[in-house]
Amino acid sequence: MAKRTLRRRQKKADEQKASQPRTVNRSQGQMIWRAFLRHRLGSVGMILVAIFAVVALFAEFFMPYPYAEQFRQYPFAPPSVVHWSEDGTFVGPFIYATQRVVNQETYQPVFVENKATRYYLRFFTHGSEYKLLGLFKTDIHLFGARAEDGSTTPLFVFGSDNFGRDIFSRTLFGSRVSLAVGPLVVLFSFPLAIFLGGLSGYYGGGVDMILQRIGEVFLAIPGFPILLAAGAALAGLGLSPVMVFLGIIIALALVSWAGTARVIRGQILAIREMDFVNAARAAGASDVRVILRHIIPNVTSYLVVSATLTIPGMMLTEAGLSFLGYGIREPMTSWGQLLNGASNIAGIESHPWQLIPGGFIVISVLAFNFMGDALRDAVDPFSII
Amino acid sequence: MLTFIVRRTLYMIPLLVVVSLISFMLIEIMPGDYLTKLKTNPFVTQKTIAEMAKRYGLDKPPLTRYWFWFQGIITRGDFGMSFESRRPVFATLFESGRLMWTFIVSLTTMFISWAVAIPLGIYSATHKYKASDHTLTFFGFLGLSFPSFFFALVLLWLLVGVFNVGQHGLGVGGLFDNRFIDTPWSLAKFGNLLWHLWPAWLVIGTIGMAGLLRYMRASVLDTLSLQYVQTARAKGLSEKVVIYKHVVRNAINPLVSLLGLSLPNLVAGSLIAATILNLPTVERAFFTSLTAQDDYVIMGALLFFSLFLLVGNLVADILLAWVDPRIRYN
Repeated sequence: MAKRTLRRRQKKADEQKASQPRTVNRSQGQMIWRAFLRHRLGSVGMILVAIFAVVALFAEFFMPYPYAEQFRQYPFAPPSVVHWSEDGTFVGPFIYATQRVVNQETYQPVFVENKATRYYLRFFTHGSEYKLLGLFKTDIHLFGARAEDGSTTPLFVFGSDNFGRDIFSRTLFGSRVSLAVGPLVVLFSFPLAIFLGGLSGYYGGGVDMILQRIGEVFLAIPGFPILLAAGAALAGLGLSPVMVFLGIIIALALVSWAGTARVIRGQILAIREMDFVNAARAAGASDVRVILRHIIPNVTSYLVVSATLTIPGMMLTEAGLSFLGYGIREPMTSWGQLLNGASNIAGIESHPWQLIPGGFIVISVLAFNFMGDALRDAVDPFSII
Repeated sequence: MLTFIVRRTLYMIPLLVVVSLISFMLIEIMPGDYLTKLKTNPFVTQKTIAEMAKRYGLDKPPLTRYWFWFQGIITRGDFGMSFESRRPVFATLFESGRLMWTFIVSLTTMFISWAVAIPLGIYSATHKYKASDHTLTFFGFLGLSFPSFFFALVLLWLLVGVFNVGQHGLGVGGLFDNRFIDTPWSLAKFGNLLWHLWPAWLVIGTIGMAGLLRYMRASVLDTLSLQYVQTARAKGLSEKVVIYKHVVRNAINPLVSLLGLSLPNLVAGSLIAATILNLPTVERAFFTSLTAQDDYVIMGALLFFSLFLLVGNLVADILLAWVDPRIRYN
């Protein structure tokens, strides 16, 4: 053919190809990720969870004081007021030292500022020594208050509690426990639920009956009262706080696995009847191959959603237990335990800043809920965003 | 259907026995017993403690104690005595109308949260993705995320610290103001009761409301996409009739089983809120007995909660079968 004709035909083919939409092959995971990102709330939730995770990991860096350090002269101190200018001239962020004085009229303690010295807010200051990530010894903290002559005064971002401990530092330190509870409970309860629920759903018959009965026993246990009793038992045994923490996690996992197992069983029952499973079996696939290659990939997306959505419930339950005093033990902290000190009305009225850790619970639970909900919509092949 | 119910009811009995075993084991794990506190008291002699142990049966080995308790239930219907108050277990748990107040608080809370959540859920679904839907969804999430005790504390702080209701002669906490406690019933007393109850409704109900709202919304959305809705609209029915007569009637089905599943929450669910708001409920009696290690009261309470859990599950299944003609149990 003549060269010009060939070139014209090539150009037409190129134009046609350019005017048609491009097709891209994506894996299931990539599609779910894109659908997830389209949910704005879910993405916000994920960013929040990531921020919290980073802060929890590097907690000692972010907090100005060790979680157990007491400033005995500053019980129930209000949050420090940061000033930016003195006498009208801009100086930079600083605080004044405060002193506890008893008001002569009301006989209530009040903290008055001592305007003699300015303690400037500095970043990356030297403070108490700690081990970053448990590995590197360092003493640099994100911020601290230091005067020109090098002296320091306690900087209470969220105020202090009755022992003069900085609530901000304790909140950051407690984030480790509070954020770890959810994933750890999932880690303990999901394998059990998947294994037993899977066996029950796939094989049916006698195995199903027995496992269902066992599951029903666990489902008959009233959750929160039993957890309270378990918490009381753990508290009285004199174990180390870490063992108590593990005990609470195991108790939470034992109380919650049966519900998850039942749902997984339902899912597997539904998938088992689908045509592609029958086709695989007709082609001669063994049980193991059918389970691993066909059933599990279809349940995975649901499992991820379920895990993300159980985490908030576990966090709230742990917070409730710790609040009542039957959860995490001192000196380990969690957000619920920090609220334990704020449980009487008179206390809240005079020092409401003790309620601040509760706000952290709300935000993190909200973030997980957003994430889980967006994830649920993203993995559902029938939902239209 | 009847055989199903009878079978399930009979099956509850072995389940309750197992639950009682588990609670007994937990109590045994707890170190010490009811007399531990007394032992630290220097004024109480060893002899008195030994006598009390004998009277309460605390000197016998665990299996024997459990067997006696079990025997008592089967032969005499006697659930044991409370060590603290020396009265029968259920009399202690339900004293001074606790059971009545527990039910009043829980039932009114449930009624209000359902009455609010269902219409809001329908509204949210019919106005999907509009601003009102986003707002309602957000509040639904918010309600799910607030721990009940934190909500109660913040509410108390707002009422007492910020709005200073004490100035207007209104108290918070408890069921009545001090001046109304021993007075006979009157309109003013009833109004006072309502004032004390509304924080409880808000705190206990919000979480349930949030979940219900989202369930209802999802259910209505699912039903709206079904074909008979399209048929109804094509027939020329007004949108209102389509929604309320066809969609809601079918969307409610999955929620009806939720109704039965929230039955256990009636008695066991609001411990923390009840503690902070100082309401006399059965859960609080359970909590006090837990700290005092009042063995038989703890076991009786756990049995009670478990019974409600099982009855709630059964009611949920029955309701679902009753409402949805597609489901029938043999």
